[in-house]
Amino acid sequence: MNSINVNRMTPYMFMAPAAIILAIALLYPLGYMVFGSFREWDPSQSIGEAEFVGLKNYITLFYDPAFRESTWVTLRFAFWVVTIEMLIGVGLALFLDRNIRGMSFLRTMFILPMMIAPVVVGLMWRYMYHPTVGTFNRFIKSMGFEGVDWLGQHALSSVIIADIWQWTPFIFILSLAALQSLPKSALEAARIDGATPWQQVRYIKLPLMAPVLIVTALLRLIDAFKVLEVILVMTEGGPGLSTEILALRISRTATEFRELGVAAALSTYLLLILLALTLAMFAYTKISELRAQRIQAAAEEGY
Amino acid sequence: MPEIRLENLVKSYGRVEVLHNINLTMNPDEFTVLVGPSGCGKSTTLRMIAGLETISGGEIYIDDTPIKNLEPKDRNLAMVFQDYALYPHMNVAENMSFALKLQKRPQSEINKKVIEVANIVGLADFLTRKPGELSGGQRQRVAMGRALAKDSSIFLFDEPLSNLDAKLRGQMRAELALMSQRVQKNIIYVTHDQIEAMTLADRIVVMHDGYIQQEGTPIELFQRPANKFVAGFLGMPPMNFLNAELIEQDGKLHAFGDGFNLVLGSELAQRAKAAQCKDVILGIRPSDLDFNANAKQNQSLELNVIISEYIGAQSALICDIGGQKVTVELKSETPIALGEKLKFAINSEKIHIFNRTTEIAI
Repeated sequence: MNSINVNRMTPYMFMAPAAIILAIALLYPLGYMVFGSFREWDPSQSIGEAEFVGLKNYITLFYDPAFRESTWVTLRFAFWVVTIEMLIGVGLALFLDRNIRGMSFLRTMFILPMMIAPVVVGLMWRYMYHPTVGTFNRFIKSMGFEGVDWLGQHALSSVIIADIWQWTPFIFILSLAALQSLPKSALEAARIDGATPWQQVRYIKLPLMAPVLIVTALLRLIDAFKVLEVILVMTEGGPGLSTEILALRISRTATEFRELGVAAALSTYLLLILLALTLAMFAYTKISELRAQRIQAAAEEGY
Repeated sequence: MPEIRLENLVKSYGRVEVLHNINLTMNPDEFTVLVGPSGCGKSTTLRMIAGLETISGGEIYIDDTPIKNLEPKDRNLAMVFQDYALYPHMNVAENMSFALKLQKRPQSEINKKVIEVANIVGLADFLTRKPGELSGGQRQRVAMGRALAKDSSIFLFDEPLSNLDAKLRGQMRAELALMSQRVQKNIIYVTHDQIEAMTLADRIVVMHDGYIQQEGTPIELFQRPANKFVAGFLGMPPMNFLNAELIEQDGKLHAFGDGFNLVLGSELAQRAKAAQCKDVILGIRPSDLDFNANAKQNQSLELNVIISEYIGAQSALICDIGGQKVTVELKSETPIALGEKLKFAINSEKIHIFNRTTEIAI
């Protein structure tokens, strides 16, 4: 091999280990899943023995009210979680973007929830939500009010609150980073132009942060569709189907109902939703890149 | 147009005081330039007037109203920043009308104002472009247009031309001079470029190390610099400084130095005698040295040419006299050779003398 060829091969050789791992750990199971989703497949059978049923699993699911309920729960969960987390996360960042003594300590404190393992978060909140010995109800009762049936009547809201507690810091740190990279002099110009602090946020800070915020929201949305452990530990999807999000439904279909084919089809549905979101994000970055290029070209045409 | 008065203005960062008791009055309709090297406190002073920096001591008055505790927006001033500070997500028209929009002026009035200002700064064809789609010079104009549109009576400029290339800078400097005549506002302009200061200013304030060194018209400062710093800062190429000793001989005051013996003019000699200072620094501008082979011995310098810098019509010769460097301006066609010893006549009335210890002009 001559040296030119070696040079050309070098990048591929460096990427090869990652590509091989990706193929074994991601593409192979993915293909296996899609392959399995077309079969009537019981865990006692090997995949070869399972009967091929075509799109039957997908069609059954489509008309299955439990699946629909589960999708609806997932959508509601994702919507509320992302909306509220964005509001609180960005709000906190706007509020804490200043130099006060002890601010770096405060910021670290805010990021802590994100570092705790999801199972631990689930256990912690399940304890706090406990109807009789839980932190919240004991506090409410000590104030003389009636306890709240956190994980019963208000299960979805309670689960949403726990997720907000855990994931708001993610949006907070990204927003803070975006805020601190804003052009300082533009904000000074706005102050001289007569903008009140609120007007600076509305007209200058938020529009300039928008690209980062959109990507952050999409990342959170994708994550919210995949959440499993916290809810599994807190409610196991109950009561009824009220907190049974798709990821949980998939795990139950496979383990409890022993219908691997249906579980695989469910996973494919979820994958399609996530794929659509990812493509939206990809399209967004691509479009903004193209726009930046066009703007640059226009500027160079000037003098 | 208002008068701006700084009284005993002090700025400290922690225990470090960077501005010391600045007293300055800026008259109505005057173009004041604060000039000095980096870190002299000129930008800090401007930003304190704007309200972007807190005031550690003293007070700023606009027409006898103290403004120390006012927010920038309540000081009725406009500012042009070094990096333009445009709003990247707004187009040219929105950038220029942002202040008016915040004041909730009617849309028809805003549109009229934008068009009027765009015509002044020559951006009428670019109103819908975003700052990213403009060249450096155009962005600079947007920044000026935005300040103009605000209709405030005080204009602050913080090194507005230093991000432009040399050619564009010259062009914008001329436009700025024109504009300042037209708009009749109280302008305070900060720069480190002495040429900008000399060409634009009605009044120059030279700052150094957080102190005002001297203030006055460009001509006053150029002809009668108060100290060695001001003398060396204004003028290009900079003034030459030679160590000398003043000694009276035969009723005349002589300045003796390594390789020269100059007789001072009568007016200068009187001042020097009154000051009773023996060890001095002579300041001689490069343009005040005339190439003249027949000059009298005690009214000329004999210089050894080391380097010749060709600029065009003029050349700058860097010469040596008794181990000290002297720069001379000369018409380029003058035939000289490196290493040659040449005689340059000095108009003795144009020599500046500074006390060697205090560096204050005598």
